[in-house]
Amino acid sequence: MMRAAAVFLALALFPLLMQAMDGLFYVSLASRILIYAIAATSLNLVLGYGGMVSFGHAAFFGAGAFVVGILAAEGVRSAWIAWPAAILVAALAALVIGAMSLRTRGVYFIMITLAFAQMIYYIFVSLKAYGGDDGLSMPSRSSVGMDISLRNDLVWYYIVLALLAAVLYGLHRLVHSRFGRVIDAIRENEARAEAIGFPVYRYKLLCFVISGAVAGLAGALIANQSRYVSPSLLHWIQSGTLMIMVILGGVGTLWGGVIGAAVLLLLEHLIADYRIGWLAALAPNYQDHAGLAVGIVLLAIVMLAPEGLAGLIARKRHA
Amino acid sequence: MSAILFLEQSLNGVQFGLMLFLLAAGLTLVFGIMDMINLAHGSLYMIGAYFMASFVQATGSFWLGLPLALGATALVGAALEISLLRRLYGRDHLSQVLATFAIILIANEAVRIAWGSQPIMLNPPAALTGPVTLPGGLQYASYRLLIIAVGAAVAVALYLLVTRTRVGMLVRAGASNREMAVAMGVDIKRLFTAVFALGAALCALAGAMLGPILAVQVGMGENILILAFVVIVIGGIGSIRGAFVGSLLVGIVDTSGRAFLPLLFSAFLPPQFASAAGPAVASVLIYVLMAGVLYFRPQGLFPARG
Repeated sequence: MMRAAAVFLALALFPLLMQAMDGLFYVSLASRILIYAIAATSLNLVLGYGGMVSFGHAAFFGAGAFVVGILAAEGVRSAWIAWPAAILVAALAALVIGAMSLRTRGVYFIMITLAFAQMIYYIFVSLKAYGGDDGLSMPSRSSVGMDISLRNDLVWYYIVLALLAAVLYGLHRLVHSRFGRVIDAIRENEARAEAIGFPVYRYKLLCFVISGAVAGLAGALIANQSRYVSPSLLHWIQSGTLMIMVILGGVGTLWGGVIGAAVLLLLEHLIADYRIGWLAALAPNYQDHAGLAVGIVLLAIVMLAPEGLAGLIARKRHA
Repeated sequence: MSAILFLEQSLNGVQFGLMLFLLAAGLTLVFGIMDMINLAHGSLYMIGAYFMASFVQATGSFWLGLPLALGATALVGAALEISLLRRLYGRDHLSQVLATFAIILIANEAVRIAWGSQPIMLNPPAALTGPVTLPGGLQYASYRLLIIAVGAAVAVALYLLVTRTRVGMLVRAGASNREMAVAMGVDIKRLFTAVFALGAALCALAGAMLGPILAVQVGMGENILILAFVVIVIGGIGSIRGAFVGSLLVGIVDTSGRAFLPLLFSAFLPPQFASAAGPAVASVLIYVLMAGVLYFRPQGLFPARG
């Protein structure tokens, strides 16, 4: 608890520091990282705690973003309507997809969630009325009333930070509740949980729906962050990226999604933004190929740190 | 809608299906024998197409370039298996996804560094650029007929290899029960390097043959990879027969869906709705097919295990 408070205190002070150092651009980058942290945390609930490897989480993330985008295009700008609508639609999508996918297991579950996500991707690509392939621009961020403007990047950062804190606290409470224990038991041994008498299927479905709803919230935020939604938010590469964040940060750990999102996005950003002298002397264009470095780092992590970065930190502490 | 159009679309479907089969065959064996999710399979397809473009340019001949591209990609595949993938067999699916996703990123950038970001043109052999007239009066591109012939020949050869040879028997043994195969003394390590190299060569063949029809570009492997996964899940993981049936199903359903659904919709629905719904439904059709198959047969059409 103390550690969490320290992390959030640091995150809360960060924009003030940046303001003093004239680096407000980084506040926007930080908001983006926090939003992806929410999305990755939602995936970590099903993947890490529930043991359900969903390869289609971009569907809920993207659906949430599109709900906000489409409502804005139709003139509904209030966050109090658009964001709950995004959460609701994502939860409903998770209910339908989960209800069908959870009848399969293992690799087949991975593949069927992927298939459903691709379906939703193609549906949005062909929605020509709302941009189709090109995506949809939003004239402005959602409005919250009360004389608060989300256009201000500092205000926006604190709202995102507060939501991340709420999501993490909710996850913490959830996994330590009775519900969380049952989910734990199901992941450890499904047959045993079933034999004890728990309605396994319903527990897994509820877990899947909660996760989808949180991913929808992250989607609503990412639409506001960039004031633009595009079908690429739903592409399977996006599902893969969220999964990478979770695995990178630590599967089934409270902070896994946050760490993974921060490391991956910062890594991409650092390579593109900072020129390393000796590397540039060897390969002058190396910054155009950020993917190469990200790939090599990912590969190194999976080979050398099998339990993700959170696992590495935990191991250091035990040693 | 005439019989000719129908025939043409069916041939296109078979052609696409056979090329999908080339990818799916390697993928299903890797998946089936080693229980390994290899997302980088699509990268081998991309690398094969690029090798093909370079070798055709260097030798000036499509037919000289083809075996060189196949051989080079098989070498890349074997090197990849020996250096990296081999270490992942014992790990969980998540680590495999992460590692092979990283390989996709690396392969894409490596190709971008070696060949640049612009799509590369690859021409079909000069003798096969025109159409031929098929019985029934259909004018059909001769190069597409060649693809069908090559795909069918490879499918037959693979079938014979898997069902009639000693190597094929070992592969089937590995796919249906790996531990038992190892206990019986099969050198699964070497067998698997060979299977992987063969799978890479098949990828290269698909990339090389499809290169003149589609563009040779970075990222070309990602979309077709997902289709190949759909195929092997429909067919049953580890089953060559399943991959074959699944490929043709997916190829024909996808191609004819795209060709006929918009026509069908415009006959029954108001035009502004039909023009939007037609392509949308057509592109989700194969995923509906896969969800349907999994719902009724959770192990696919031809389960290799059990």
